[in-house]
Amino acid sequence: MKKKEVVIVSLLIIFAFVLKYLIPKPVEFSYTVSMIVIILLGLVFVYILIRTLQGQLIGRRVVFLLVGISLSLPFFMKLTLNIPVSPEVRSVYDALQKLPPGSKVLAAFDYDPPSAPELQPMAVAFMKYAFDRGLKVIIMGLWPQGPQQADQAIQSAFKAEPSLKKKIKYGRDYVNLGFQAGNEFVILRMGESFKAMFPSDLYNTPYDSIPLLNNVSNFSNIDFCMDFSAGKPGTAEWVQIAVDRFKLPVAAGNTAVQAPMVYPYLNSHQLVGLLGGMSGGAAFEKLTKKPGKATTYILSQSFAHVVVVIFIIIGNVAYFSRKKEKK
Amino acid sequence: MGFWGQFGVWLAALLTIGIISFLYKDNFLYKACEAIFVGISAGYWFIVYYWDNLYKKFYLQVTNHDLTSWERIIPWVGFILGVMMLSRLFEKIGWLSRWPLAFIVGATAGLYMMIYFVSNAMAQVASTIIPVFIGDWATIIANFFIVAGTFCGLVYFFFSKEHKGAFGLASRVGIWFLMITFGASFGYTVMSRMSLMIGRLDFLFGTWLGMIK
Amino acid sequence: MKREIPVAITFIVGTAYLIAYFIPHEPFNYFENWFNDWFAVIAAFAIWLGVLNLIKISTIKIVRKSPDWPYSVLIIVSFIIIVFFGFYEGYRGLYANPHYSFRDPGTSFDWLYVNVYTPLSATMFALLAFFVASASYRAFRARNFEATLLLLAAFLVMLGRVPVGDILTSWLPHQYQLSQWANWIMHVPNTAGQRAIMIGIALGLVSTSLRIILGLERSYLGND
Repeated sequence: MKKKEVVIVSLLIIFAFVLKYLIPKPVEFSYTVSMIVIILLGLVFVYILIRTLQGQLIGRRVVFLLVGISLSLPFFMKLTLNIPVSPEVRSVYDALQKLPPGSKVLAAFDYDPPSAPELQPMAVAFMKYAFDRGLKVIIMGLWPQGPQQADQAIQSAFKAEPSLKKKIKYGRDYVNLGFQAGNEFVILRMGESFKAMFPSDLYNTPYDSIPLLNNVSNFSNIDFCMDFSAGKPGTAEWVQIAVDRFKLPVAAGNTAVQAPMVYPYLNSHQLVGLLGGMSGGAAFEKLTKKPGKATTYILSQSFAHVVVVIFIIIGNVAYFSRKKEKK
Repeated sequence: MGFWGQFGVWLAALLTIGIISFLYKDNFLYKACEAIFVGISAGYWFIVYYWDNLYKKFYLQVTNHDLTSWERIIPWVGFILGVMMLSRLFEKIGWLSRWPLAFIVGATAGLYMMIYFVSNAMAQVASTIIPVFIGDWATIIANFFIVAGTFCGLVYFFFSKEHKGAFGLASRVGIWFLMITFGASFGYTVMSRMSLMIGRLDFLFGTWLGMIK
Repeated sequence: MKREIPVAITFIVGTAYLIAYFIPHEPFNYFENWFNDWFAVIAAFAIWLGVLNLIKISTIKIVRKSPDWPYSVLIIVSFIIIVFFGFYEGYRGLYANPHYSFRDPGTSFDWLYVNVYTPLSATMFALLAFFVASASYRAFRARNFEATLLLLAAFLVMLGRVPVGDILTSWLPHQYQLSQWANWIMHVPNTAGQRAIMIGIALGLVSTSLRIILGLERSYLGND
């Protein structure tokens, strides 16, 4: 380890201690301060534009630093934004609204921690909404980490709305069946028998001893399926087997990377609706009137998008001005 | 939050910063975090597959005396094929792993052949062959674009004929649609990647440093 | 024996799934159900194979003192720690009253998941945010018509999917604001393009699957 690295690490640790123990909490920027911060950031980008036009591309690390700052600062700003609601998000909400209390909803958690910042907020909002509406939730995962993420989503929902914790009982109102390997083969087997695929729940309670599952043998006993998916196996597999073979209505919450790929399923009505990425989650929170992490994050998300757009514009302005000069 | 809770948060923060330090340059802290990630992930998968699959889907089945003896014998076939899979670790008997591999390939091919044909080919073709000139002008344009875009996109992927004349024009239009598709995907990818970083920053500023509500 | 039996297995299993798709009744659904159950167990062993192979390679690196071998030690130590707690909590939970799962909140396995696995895996993927921004600045150029289309679509979607898009175009009627443009792009040209890709892949997959089942495609068996 070089001397310079030791100094950087030490400074970072001191900085962290200062932030953790010496700064009064929570840190919040007023509207005026927020505006000043935004203007300052804008000026930095103007400076970058001028430098780039002069033919001096800024360094990689400066770009990283600017992205980091642009993502961090909005956490301390208290600006409220009007979140746009896309038709596919509204379809999910409308479909859930149509379900009468007591309906059995299968919630498939097909994601892992790396995708959690996108999918966990919508999963939490879904849990809050489902429990509030009296829907019975059967949880499972095609990804090993899925059931654990579901557990965390339920804990977050209970923390945000303590009244739910008193009202909701495991085994009666929701159950976590856990994970099974086999991707689409798991869905296929569930079409015949849930019990065959999940002989017991996550806590090794036998299938038959769980009251909620008393009359659930396969998809024909399920009213709706909500799939939170970060890739394969995920939404495509649910559509191909649960929807097209067993006629189960399925809606999905997808990571933004995956979302554009499932739009053909929306157009062909194989998929009821779609919550795409953080913005989809925020829109769902808005519709369910249960603001959560996605609503909080959307300001940072907006900043991030603007920063990338500005970087693309600066890069292209410089490219075209150089091209003109060459001519 | 007790000692282990606090210690956990500090450890998670250290590991997060360790990975982020890669942005400065490749360094020992990043490499150490990377190695821990590989080891922990491997162990995580090892354990989860043991309890959720081998224990539940095999052990509980073969020891369940409520089932008929036939039902208790059947899972052994899967188990034996699975053990044969491990033969790949040993050079001399590695060929045995071809049996379970053939099983997986055969099952996947058999299933995929139909589900992809039905859901991703036929259902999509059926949803593309739609009456174009109905509804208001916005609907007509949208329907026309979907029909023309899908057709031209497919023409672009058809390499058995030279892309010349009308066919070439259709292929070129197909490229335009694909470019818009890739642009939309890029936009969504940016959204996705930024969201992930926002999640980590929320942990650092919120859970760790307690600076935000 | 080394090639014929695997080809026969592929044919039998593949055909069984095909038949069960069209005739989902006895006795064909029995085969499908058995195969599904076996698949789950074999998939577990396949994952174990990958994991054990990683341990084998790391051990070889340590024994041979290859470059960066101390990191291999770290891999094995981390592996052993989580596996130990996974088994420990699992068996303890089985004999506890009431039962609990090895990954319940509060278990040491869950502690490792939340405080080690989650930050490492999440941050590893989050790093891409910075590289996407850097690439946008350095490489994303409207060099020709196609690239301009790509860039425009990306612009409209990026701005239209967050509130800032509508703020920038708040002077326009609602149906012309950026969020509506983003909706249109996703539902029309994106759907058309993705559908073309989807159909293309599906047709390729159908033909490849048929070749595999009929034994014409055997590359998955290796060379010897």
